[in-house]
Amino acid sequence: MRNVMAVLAGLLFGLGLVLGGMTQPSVVLGFLDIFGAWNPRLLFVIGGAVLTAMIGYRLVLRRAKPWLDSRFHLPDTHRIDLRLLTGAALFGIGWGVAGYCPGPALVSLSGGALSVWILVAAMVAGWWLAGQLPTGVKRR
Amino acid sequence: MQLWFLSVMGGVLIGLAAVLLMSALGRVAGISGIASSLVLGAKRGDRSWRWAFILGLLIAPLCLMPFVGNGGIGMPQVGWSAMAVAGLLVGFGTRLGSGCTSGHGVCGIARFSTRSLLATVVFMLFGIATVFVLRHVARGLL
Repeated sequence: MRNVMAVLAGLLFGLGLVLGGMTQPSVVLGFLDIFGAWNPRLLFVIGGAVLTAMIGYRLVLRRAKPWLDSRFHLPDTHRIDLRLLTGAALFGIGWGVAGYCPGPALVSLSGGALSVWILVAAMVAGWWLAGQLPTGVKRR
Repeated sequence: MQLWFLSVMGGVLIGLAAVLLMSALGRVAGISGIASSLVLGAKRGDRSWRWAFILGLLIAPLCLMPFVGNGGIGMPQVGWSAMAVAGLLVGFGTRLGSGCTSGHGVCGIARFSTRSLLATVVFMLFGIATVFVLRHVARGLL
């Protein structure tokens, strides 16, 4: 049952990314190109997603626990440190180079372009590398 | 259908997916966290739902193919080497910074996390700066 719910969530998530245009790097790069021919489309996607999640989380997190687990697994760090900022900056640069963030990159594996596989392989290598750093943040 | 409406609907689906994952499994729908923990040794009982979620992501465009020929997947805009560099940066950065567009940008902000809001501002700014340099500065120099 846990896996069924997870497939369903992944499917909804993937459909949302595709409908929102996030799986088209031209749209993503157009959104980041605010000094050129700016494409505001992703504002609508992010706005819709954040608002929906905000309302939904309020309702869900009121409960004592989720349906299929003993507790909610929420990040417990509140620290704003160099790690967070450096990571976000490096991610932003990579996002700006090709127009893929992790979700759309994975979804695009089903699209047939060979170089997406290269990007995803490199992304997995990047995850592994970051995990080898001494004070590796273990997150689940 | 209006593009902006389709985009809002896309966003709503992403939001609903995040709410479903929280409601059912109590998990944040952060793609980089879900997937990278598979590479970095998530515990035994903690793995299958992650694979299931990724499977769902991969099925999505296949479901759309009967309606849109390519399933809504666009073509890469840069060459192989740039794709490789971008992938490495995205992977390393999202793990180091504990999240990506979904984990920080959607789920984190929806939980009013200052940490996530800050991370989102930083990766947006760096993304914008990178596109600016590559499209408008570097092109002029070459």
